[in-house]
Amino acid sequence: MSGVHISTTVNGDSVEFVCHPSESLLDVLRNRIGLIGAKEGCSTGDCGACSITLDGRLVCSCLVLGAEVEGRDITTVEGMADGEKLHPLQINFLKHAALQCGICTPGFLVAAKALLDRNPSPTEEQIRFALAGNLCRCTGYDKIVRAVQATAKEIAKTTKKKR
Amino acid sequence: MRYAAPLTTKEAVSLLANAKGKAFVLAGGTDLLVRMRGDYIEPDLLVDIKRITATQDIKKSANGFRIGASVPCAALNENAGLVKAWPGVVEAANLIGSDQIQSRCTMVGNLCNASPAADTIPAMVAAQASAVIVGPAGRRTLAVEKVVIGPGKTSLKKGELIEAITLPKRPAKSGDAYLRFIPRTEMDIAVCSAGVNLTLDAQGVVKAARVALGAVAPTVVLVPDAAKAIVGTKLDSAALERLAKACEAACAPIDDKRGTVEFRTEVAGVLARRAAKIAYERAGGK
Amino acid sequence: MAHDTSFTNQNFKMVGQRRPRPDGVDKVTGRARYGADVSAPGQLVGAILRSPHAHATIKKIDVSKAAKLAGVKAIITSADLPDLTNGNRGMFDILENCMARGRALYDGHAVAAVAAIDAPTAKKALKLIKVDYEVLPHVTDVDEAMKPGAPIVQPHIRTSGVEPPPKKASNISQITNFGHGDVEAGFRAADVIVEKSYKTEQTHQGYIEPHACLASVGPDGQGELWVTTQGHFVFRNTCATLLGMEIAKLKVTSSEIGGGFGGKTHVWTEPVALALSRKANRPVKLVMSREEVFRATGPTSSTSIDVKIGAKKDGTITGASASLRYQDGAFPSIWGMLGAMTAFACYDLKNVKTTGYDVLVNRPKVAAYRAPSAPMAAFAVESTMDQVAAKIGMDPVEFRLKNAASEGTLSSYGPTYGPIGIKPTLEAVKNHPHMKAKLGKNQGRGMACGFWFNFGGQTCSDINLGADGTVSVTIGTIDVGGSRASMSLIAAEELGIAYEQVKCTIADTSSLGHNDTTEGSRGTFSTGMAIIFAARDMIKTLRERAAKTWGIPVDDVEWKDGKASAIGAKHKKLTPLSLANIAASAAKTGGPIAAHNEVVADGAGVSFASHICDVEVDPETGATKVIRYTVIQDAGKAIHPDYVEGQFQGGAAQGIGWALNEEYIYGADGRLQNAGFLDYRIPVCSDLPFIDTQILEIPNPGHPYGVRGVGETSIVPPLAAVGNAVSNAAGVRMTHVPMSPPRILSALKAQRTG
Repeated sequence: MSGVHISTTVNGDSVEFVCHPSESLLDVLRNRIGLIGAKEGCSTGDCGACSITLDGRLVCSCLVLGAEVEGRDITTVEGMADGEKLHPLQINFLKHAALQCGICTPGFLVAAKALLDRNPSPTEEQIRFALAGNLCRCTGYDKIVRAVQATAKEIAKTTKKKR
Repeated sequence: MRYAAPLTTKEAVSLLANAKGKAFVLAGGTDLLVRMRGDYIEPDLLVDIKRITATQDIKKSANGFRIGASVPCAALNENAGLVKAWPGVVEAANLIGSDQIQSRCTMVGNLCNASPAADTIPAMVAAQASAVIVGPAGRRTLAVEKVVIGPGKTSLKKGELIEAITLPKRPAKSGDAYLRFIPRTEMDIAVCSAGVNLTLDAQGVVKAARVALGAVAPTVVLVPDAAKAIVGTKLDSAALERLAKACEAACAPIDDKRGTVEFRTEVAGVLARRAAKIAYERAGGK
Repeated sequence: MAHDTSFTNQNFKMVGQRRPRPDGVDKVTGRARYGADVSAPGQLVGAILRSPHAHATIKKIDVSKAAKLAGVKAIITSADLPDLTNGNRGMFDILENCMARGRALYDGHAVAAVAAIDAPTAKKALKLIKVDYEVLPHVTDVDEAMKPGAPIVQPHIRTSGVEPPPKKASNISQITNFGHGDVEAGFRAADVIVEKSYKTEQTHQGYIEPHACLASVGPDGQGELWVTTQGHFVFRNTCATLLGMEIAKLKVTSSEIGGGFGGKTHVWTEPVALALSRKANRPVKLVMSREEVFRATGPTSSTSIDVKIGAKKDGTITGASASLRYQDGAFPSIWGMLGAMTAFACYDLKNVKTTGYDVLVNRPKVAAYRAPSAPMAAFAVESTMDQVAAKIGMDPVEFRLKNAASEGTLSSYGPTYGPIGIKPTLEAVKNHPHMKAKLGKNQGRGMACGFWFNFGGQTCSDINLGADGTVSVTIGTIDVGGSRASMSLIAAEELGIAYEQVKCTIADTSSLGHNDTTEGSRGTFSTGMAIIFAARDMIKTLRERAAKTWGIPVDDVEWKDGKASAIGAKHKKLTPLSLANIAASAAKTGGPIAAHNEVVADGAGVSFASHICDVEVDPETGATKVIRYTVIQDAGKAIHPDYVEGQFQGGAAQGIGWALNEEYIYGADGRLQNAGFLDYRIPVCSDLPFIDTQILEIPNPGHPYGVRGVGETSIVPPLAAVGNAVSNAAGVRMTHVPMSPPRILSALKAQRTG
């Protein structure tokens, strides 16, 4: 099994790695690049704990090969905060106690950000369906949905101000 | 295992045709990689077709639409013209998995995975979609219902791949719809499903119909008797009842972890009835 | 135990506040380290070969080909795990569950393990191990396993609890009886009797984080284990015993835990990882796949239950009995017994009798799952309660209130209750706007009650004062959902300081005394208690140090608002000393300032909840949508209301999933068919509504603040609450959980065709 050499961008940084051709991007991120924020809950695309964005689209990194990402643009939960300033979603997840064990939290944050980037004022139903690919076993999703709603409200306020 | 990402269809065909051992086409990977992780397949070669220009976009022409094989299902919903012409096909494609899966999964992948429960196939069959197949012997076009020949089996020959799906031009007063039954609201595989495509005359009478069912037989089934049951009607309740009965009669499902024979048969009829009503409304019927 | 049990004068400053958790930022930025997130230099990858058969004799295991594969550093089978359990059958069962010994008892039972330089090599090595099986007849259904002639799972088992002791092997490992009075007389006195049978299918805890550990053992007999667990001290004791290590020489560190719900109270792969590491003399990381998690860990019992309740027309229950058959998987346990204990715990009954059967089948060893055994018993009893209420034409809430237990009630499982919350939760249900909301077409409402014992157990905690006056709280129970924040609130409360001045950390097994597993909703109850007592000790020390600094008697110093103050006019000139002041001069007043407390936390207060559920059922497809859900539960005292609500909501969501869609599906071959999140269907975000909560606080006299455990009771009522709602919406009584669409549709059809 010979390795594949890949140059790509992760959270704005140029990254190079060599991986097995069958190795998942999730394993590459965790084991070769040292970014452990994305978690493996299932390896079959059913739990969303490994959510990242690839060229702006939300994906399960367990269902992407490391070999596929030559020249692509990847973002992970580690790229959400702006320096020491947390992303509003991160702040609201903490404020609304939207996590208990926290294992699903990185995936939810990445998925919620992808939703709000696309649709800054989603309905409750739109939030619930947009997050249906992320399993949480602790919270019953209640406080997660509330944290996303609170963030959307804040976004609406700031865009209003800007106008 | 070797990974290749050719830039042309020709190159991809040549890689597949000359492959020693087991070669697979990789598009979205949402089925293929799951099967690899579960040790159901052990490929010797993966041919990633996402860097081939001819697979990358949705084109509208005088003859209808051409959807490239690596277009993710999420992108279908972003194409307003396609959503307007074929809402049933788009909703079928958008029902597959989560947003995460939508970003990767493709209609062609869904077709080639050849599951009896595939969401896009009944909708595509109802829509009279065709597959543009490229192989060592050149190009050919094949009706979608002829691509899948059994669970997990396609009629594609060694070296062949599907470059795109085409959807025909839409006559006036047409509409399609797709419904599936799943136990949860998201993330499940269809227990049974129905795709209905209708064209009405000026009076709102159904003049042409195609009805296809999923997950009730080894392959998706086109049900001409179900179409017959509603052609010439305005979808009155007797016509809908005949449609449901014709669908039930066409079912030959199995009992498995996702549903029973009885359940699949009964609900397939219910879904066909409901989908027909939606398609009828979309076609402008009242 | 001497502590203040008066709750009336408690004027909390910190307790009851919703403060950010200390582990929060790490968890939203991806920095928090869970079981699979840590690596060691030179680490190998461990992998386990599992039986594809439900029941088989293992005639031979040939590892020679795998051993020759380049990159394979160690292979182990049961031969590498000799029996060191010294006649302790429970410990032997754990050993055999970790690695099959001559026989495979379920699909997924570990048979061999390898450690290799990387994952592909480990996987390849597993394929090269040849196991010669002789397949045996199997049984996976609880009722089938009890029949004479069923394949025997454990030939050494003789049913306990029957006289005379049987001589023949049986799959019924024990029969247990609870209750009081004369139920037959009770039934004779009844105006109406409802007798019904129920089934519930097996479910899994479904934590999103698979089991994972990093093990390192050297030839000097010393080792370290990083592991996702609910009880690292108990893991240490168990692993050391099974591997013949000295307890003090195995250091176990609990990682952040990605959900447990009882499933991480048991060791599964950890002894295997340690054995691989010892053999390879290198660190070994062993992470389960999701499929392995489903096939070989966790699940709760599937059950078959008969309930009989008789009542007078005025609603008084005259007699109640239940026969509860629970499967334990392939190893004997107490799950049927717990079902029998909890079944009628909500009610004040004159005549009650329950019999629990613990039954062995060829399925994975059943593990605790959140209020283990209570939800199934509650499903059967609370479904029957609704039917009795209907039969006598009484409102189901009134019927329950009429029979609810209260202080002084002799419980159905033995003890007499202290102050309890079942009646208050029912009153709250009655007055809740949810009960008055209008229902639409095909919609129905149901409610149900639930009970859980709660537990205390061995606990210890340390408090250390930093040189700047900040406070480290060190605990030994696991934080499964915000308890570090709760513990910090408690320490701040006692010391009279700001929440921000406290940092709570979970210690490894070498840094603190033994703590029992974090189970039985004991975390906040018992560790909170240890912290309160330790803080009170520390205040004593702080007063002494202040007295020494001032050169006045200690009795002249009081601790007030986080400061030492001298009492009385004669000390008027002495400025109060803060923690920082006292810490700064500690070297001169007697050295470091620390306190600790070790306790067997008795006095865990029992907990009750009542839930209300509205559903809509599609009569053409049998699909159910939960449209409204309300949880009302007694928390004793809510230390951190956010995380109390979180426990209520999480338990309800798990119960809803269990009620509607979650189930283990075994084929005729005894193999699990849905070992993944695709077909083991836990609720997704779009399946659920917001889950409303109401926290009641009926103080538990066994805790200084009145705390009761809150983690488990919330999963007890949902099966029945959903079941009653579905039955009301569909117009047909559902008796089989999960109430999946095919089951609902076929029940509707059966009713239509009579």
